Amino acid sequence: MARTPYRPEGIDDAFSTGESSSARPDGSSPAPAARPTAPAIGVRGMLRWMWRQLTSMRVALLLLMLLAVAAVPGSVLPQTSQDAAAVAAYLVDHPTTGPWLEAAGFFDVYSSVWFSAIYLLLFVSLVGCILPRTAAHWRALRGRPPRTPRRFARFPAQATGTSSAAPEAVADAAVLHLRGRRRVLPIFRVERGEEPATANRPATATVAAERGYLRESGNLLFHLALLGLLVSVATGQMLHYRGQAILVEERGFANSVVDYDTFENGALFDPTSLEAFTMTLDRFESEFDAVGTPRDFTAYVTVTEPGGEPTSETIKVNHPLDAGDAKIYLQGNGYAPDVTVRDADGEVAFAGPVPFIPEDQVYTSRGVIKVPDVSPGLEQIGFVGYLLPTAVMEDGGARSVYPQPGNPQLVLDVYTGDLGLDEGVPQNVYSLDTDDMTPSTEEDGTPTTIVLGVGDTVDLPDGGSITFEDLPRYVALDLRHDPALGFILTFSLLALGGLAVSLFTPRRRVWLRTWAEDGRTVVEVAGLARHDDAGLQGQVDDLLADLPGIGAGDDDTSSDDTTSDDTTTNGEADGPAPRKADR
Amino acid sequence: MSIAEFSTDLVWGAATVLAVSLIAFAMDLAQVSARRAEASRAEEQSDAAPAAESADSAGASVSSAVEGGTPSGGSTATVTATDEAPQRRRAAGIGVSTAWLGTILLGVAIAARGVAAGRAPWANMYEFTLVGAFVALVVFLGVNVRRDIRWLGAFVTGIAILFIAVAQVNFFVPADGLQPALQSYWLVIHVGVAIIASGIFTVAFLMSVLQLLRDSRDEGSAILNRRGWGWLELTPTPTRLEGLSFRLNAVGFVLWTFTVIAGAIWAEHAWGRYWGWDPKEVWSFVVWVVYAAYLHARTTRGWSGRRAAYFVLVGYACVIFNFTGVNLIFNGKHSYSGM
Ligand code: HEM
Repeated sequence: MARTPYRPEGIDDAFSTGESSSARPDGSSPAPAARPTAPAIGVRGMLRWMWRQLTSMRVALLLLMLLAVAAVPGSVLPQTSQDAAAVAAYLVDHPTTGPWLEAAGFFDVYSSVWFSAIYLLLFVSLVGCILPRTAAHWRALRGRPPRTPRRFARFPAQATGTSSAAPEAVADAAVLHLRGRRRVLPIFRVERGEEPATANRPATATVAAERGYLRESGNLLFHLALLGLLVSVATGQMLHYRGQAILVEERGFANSVVDYDTFENGALFDPTSLEAFTMTLDRFESEFDAVGTPRDFTAYVTVTEPGGEPTSETIKVNHPLDAGDAKIYLQGNGYAPDVTVRDADGEVAFAGPVPFIPEDQVYTSRGVIKVPDVSPGLEQIGFVGYLLPTAVMEDGGARSVYPQPGNPQLVLDVYTGDLGLDEGVPQNVYSLDTDDMTPSTEEDGTPTTIVLGVGDTVDLPDGGSITFEDLPRYVALDLRHDPALGFILTFSLLALGGLAVSLFTPRRRVWLRTWAEDGRTVVEVAGLARHDDAGLQGQVDDLLADLPGIGAGDDDTSSDDTTSDDTTTNGEADGPAPRKADR
Repeated sequence: MSIAEFSTDLVWGAATVLAVSLIAFAMDLAQVSARRAEASRAEEQSDAAPAAESADSAGASVSSAVEGGTPSGGSTATVTATDEAPQRRRAAGIGVSTAWLGTILLGVAIAARGVAAGRAPWANMYEFTLVGAFVALVVFLGVNVRRDIRWLGAFVTGIAILFIAVAQVNFFVPADGLQPALQSYWLVIHVGVAIIASGIFTVAFLMSVLQLLRDSRDEGSAILNRRGWGWLELTPTPTRLEGLSFRLNAVGFVLWTFTVIAGAIWAEHAWGRYWGWDPKEVWSFVVWVVYAAYLHARTTRGWSGRRAAYFVLVGYACVIFNFTGVNLIFNGKHSYSGM
């Protein structure tokens, strides 16, 4: 079936008119696809050849498939941009293949050389293909409908009838019918014509009409919008910033790079230009259903823009807050146990809330408390362990059963020694480097585990104490600024619109010829569509029926064409489908 | 019985009715192809009435001419046009009416689920699968109103039953409210349109499969010309199947484009970035690119017809993987499966 002519050829926009139904030897490029066989084409010829190949549909097709395939590994392998820890774990688990994959960019697929190369080539190809088509379409828009073909017999949709009106009147009525009521945006572009008498036919009036220019317009719009989309995304990458901040209840935040836990920005964004608003988390509220599934999270904040009054706002999942030039998203939440640690000298060595990271549905949260600032001569202290919001004690230990703080307990292991903070290597605040530390133990040698409720104070084995003062909540916020968002949205919607127009606008040509014969007026109509077109025959029949003085005694062609389901899809045969078998 | 239980039971009811429909459609295919075999045997024996003539007299000349892509095309059309007294496809009629009934029952079940959960009924895999089956059925029945595609009935009801069974057995979760990330009107828009697109892709996929089978048979494939495959004569020519499939895929593709855009807008609201190559995003992108390649293939000489149909198979496989594999294997942000 690849041989059946139901496809128009690629970029060639003029649909074939029967006389030249296979005008294009290869529909794959705007210029006739060059398949140079000559060896001596020289450098320029070679470049031209390469350009033609690149802008051919076939290469675009291959690039598209390559793009699809190249995107897949990024969903299978961990990606640094999403989960750097998972990448590190993968490298540990796969000591042989891991480094190879890393070198080949498989952990950063979407910014890898090969992925970028594919989509950039695709876009080059697209530009090379779209520009000539835009020019051609511009010309076509100002051209005239194709002249009326000599014979209608081979067209996929036809109708014949007789009228009592004069041929001139019939043709005029046809023009009106096809053009539609509106003058500005006619349905069909129409041209009246005349043909002198020939040996076997008297002089005739003709009408040639074409509709569906919007199809190509939509197609071009679609492709250009894709280009616009790519450019806006790239621009946004250059101008954006994104930062994460953890904010504990009743604590404040000022919008400057130092106040972020992490901050990254595009090459063209100047971090000193951050708008210096401040924000305080007044309260965080969460709701869970009976089995602990989250139902609602709300952060109540007070925002003060530079020079403005403080205003109360809320941030919810799905409802980011606009502040300064950024949008603030509620990304996570948890508990930050407020603890006070005294060293063996009785001095307060640490005091304040410490964010713990929830690890499951019931907010079993893991955290680390580092106490470097002990009195001189004493060893540094580190705690690592869990917060259980609603703890139940079982024989094996404790576990949490509900995410809300029904019975909060801190369960901590204690280490003493050197926290390793002075080595100048940045440390993860959520993990404890115990290389130079020893676990505290009970007299019988078992490791010490401290269990604390809110308000409790427990003495440490090596002196000192820890007090669990309070249990404030914290929120993890994402602050993000991307000036290109509006453009990205606009281009996406333009692409969508262009696509819909280009896929659903029928492209049709309709011709009519009418002449006087034996005291009556004979009317012949033919229609041709590019692409599949279920409505083509209907269009032709409607036109005929709407002409003045159309009488009974029509040729049977039109009537059995409309009732037979098969003919309604004749438009699939793009060239004028021969009425005999296709091959 | 609670509304949620009522919904679950009704889903089984719908599956049962659809099974009746499937049997009726299958019987129809079997009967018609048996009659065909008989007719062609009779034809071989008596060379009295040439096929083409009887076709003409029945006004079937157009169909046989246009569809005549096969060596036996002319005589095939003859049998359809002259031999098929209407009452002889009673089984197909039963298939259509039971398919309507099953679809309505499924629709009521889905609505009841929505009432029980107090939200749009497509927030987890279970619901998504049910609604996807529903959309495929509606597309089939809707198209069937305007043109006779009863030959597709057995396949659409079959795949719908499969979807329903997988949903009930493997994906079931109790009707419940929504986690904060899903509390947005974008759930209705983004997921709703995604399901409609998936349902349309499903029907188009079935057509492309039939296109390939029919094409192979017409090309003289030994296996497909054995007994038991005669029902393929009931389907339109590969060219027409390709056209039908394309029209659905075009609609599906536009809706999918919208799904991806709406997803990006929602991601911007909910997650603070419009695109982050989360596994679901990767695979939605892959689906989009494969169907875009399909549309390009159709317009490229040497890639149209059969080869275009292969793109549909690949594209649909990606749609299915995007739904099942990505939800169940990968651990991404799109973990709305409820499982
Ligand atoms: C970013 C990559 C591309 C994407 C996602 C894409 C997508 C699409 C889509 C969805 C259509 C469907 C509209 C239709 O069939 O009428 C289309 C049509 C088309 N595209 Fe692309 N395209 C891309 C690149 C290209 C390139 C590089 C070329 C040229 C070499 C090209 C040439 C065409 C042509 C000629 C059509 C119209 C086909 C027709 O006549 O129906 N496209 N494209």
